[in-house]
Amino acid sequence: MKKYDKLIFELSRPGRKGYQLPADKFDTDGFSEIPADLLRKEAPVLPEVSELDVVRHYTNLSNKNFGVDTGFYPLGSCTMKYNPKINEEIAAMPEFTALHPLQDASTAQGALELYYNLQKALASLAGLEEFTLNPYAGAHGELTGLMVMRQYHKSRGDHKRTKIIVPDTAHGTNPASAMVSGLEVVEVKSKPNGSIDVEDLKPLLDDTVAGIMMTNPNTVGMFETEILEIADLVHKAGGLLYYDGANLNPLLGKVRPGDMGFDIMHINLHKTFSTPHGGGGPGSGPVGVAKHLTQFLPNPRVRKADDGSFYVDTDGESLGSVSTFFGNFGVMMKAYAYILSLGRDNIRNVGPMATLNANYIKESLKDLYKLPIEGACKHEFVFDGLADKSTGVTTLNVAKRLLDFGFHAPTIYFPLLFHESMMIEPTETESLETLDEFINVMRQVAKEAKEDPEIVKAAPVTTAISHPDETGAAKNPILSYKALKNSAK
Amino acid sequence: MANVKDDRRYAESHEWVKIDGDIATIGISDYAQHALGDIVYVDMPEVGDEMAAGDVFGAVESVKAASDLICPVSGEVIEVNEELEDAPEKVNADAFENWIIKVKMSDAGEYDALLDAAAYAQLCENE
Repeated sequence: MKKYDKLIFELSRPGRKGYQLPADKFDTDGFSEIPADLLRKEAPVLPEVSELDVVRHYTNLSNKNFGVDTGFYPLGSCTMKYNPKINEEIAAMPEFTALHPLQDASTAQGALELYYNLQKALASLAGLEEFTLNPYAGAHGELTGLMVMRQYHKSRGDHKRTKIIVPDTAHGTNPASAMVSGLEVVEVKSKPNGSIDVEDLKPLLDDTVAGIMMTNPNTVGMFETEILEIADLVHKAGGLLYYDGANLNPLLGKVRPGDMGFDIMHINLHKTFSTPHGGGGPGSGPVGVAKHLTQFLPNPRVRKADDGSFYVDTDGESLGSVSTFFGNFGVMMKAYAYILSLGRDNIRNVGPMATLNANYIKESLKDLYKLPIEGACKHEFVFDGLADKSTGVTTLNVAKRLLDFGFHAPTIYFPLLFHESMMIEPTETESLETLDEFINVMRQVAKEAKEDPEIVKAAPVTTAISHPDETGAAKNPILSYKALKNSAK
Repeated sequence: MANVKDDRRYAESHEWVKIDGDIATIGISDYAQHALGDIVYVDMPEVGDEMAAGDVFGAVESVKAASDLICPVSGEVIEVNEELEDAPEKVNADAFENWIIKVKMSDAGEYDALLDAAAYAQLCENE
């Protein structure tokens, strides 16, 4: 069953059933009122299977998955922290799940209060004035934030600011969001340590610059120590600072983007605030702004009246609407549950523990893996492959070998700063024992690379699909059952 | 170490340029194809596109990453290597033989400003 790869249709046998319907007590067959040309000519092809067939089929398929619930998932830049189950219990409460977004606000006060309180909590953690929770995910948050930036310049009649500065190490979503929002991307170079080169930034700053997008700690996991000077330079040039919240986790409860001079930011609830991530999530990308930008946030808004009740409002200066209703409300409930269950004191431990865990792995492996940037990192760090390059074992080989040991691979070949990047982020939710186990396995793989490199190059051998032809998969992808059948012919 | 040919010049962004009169043939270096790994797609411009030196003229996608192609010289694209549409892996097989585009140069001086083979080999050594 390990290599299980059947389709439910392949299990189908004529007449096999997993249900029994009650006797028909209605006079009509239900079809007579539907116009004949809308009725299908042939019966639909549905699988005919027993309940046990269905249970085994989907259980076997689910065994092919790897998630945080299965094992350690050190995927850099993704903050794959554990998603506490209490979040799911809260989000499944029928008092919330049975709501309809169009029902009267007076009958949905609890939901509006949750939206309002979460917005306030995020604003307090970020050092900003107000958040919208409407964007559906991180990149959608980026787009929304950049639309706020444009709306701000437009409102001042400053129409020539069409450029946005993005570091060359930025997450790919930054330039992509900028393009979608109609801004022209100007790249600022980074220094060998991955920090923004302030001298390279200075000549770029003029009255055509709308702002700069930054991640802090940056893409190699290092804190941008010159952030206050950068903020000052950008503001003096009339631009705004956008904070990509992808790397917020190590700062949580300790340092606030608003205090660093950022005007706009997004938060990935599915990273920092422990909501499910990957496989569709879904995500949620709240956008927060400083006081001078609140009127531009998207509609609808949730506001609190003087009598303590909550109401839905729209703002005339808003950039408009970016989502249907209020975005992914279920995700907000999970993030709110996370914040409340940690509480004001414990949330301050998230960043330091995430930082400690990353540094512990880094220091325990830097004799065998090449560490291009020395010094204390934040929540993640980058190795440039194995220290010993003579074995011919690449980062891709190491990543695949990790799968054989039951660990998810780290992020590989990103950032592009190094040829053999391996970006490791353990998060604060892993125990010392798990970290040690991972370190031992990484050391074991380095040893294998030296003594018997073919073992590493042939990996993975224990996974549901072993050693796929990646080039073939990229060039001639087989994406449907039909295509698979055709390719077999 | 990656192979470098001295019958052409190189850009710091790892494209090579070989000239015949005012026609520049452009590809990526052996070092670049090696760093990228198995190439699965080459995105190329249209014949007739005008390029300024430094413009992005396409991209090379490998199983590892997608990398922009930077045009080292200015001019009009007069030919693209259509063979690469179906067989991008040819660039891995021989990056110097399998060119990507040909450009009718508008400023021959731009070619002379590129790195010669020795300087380029040094650059790769330092990366």
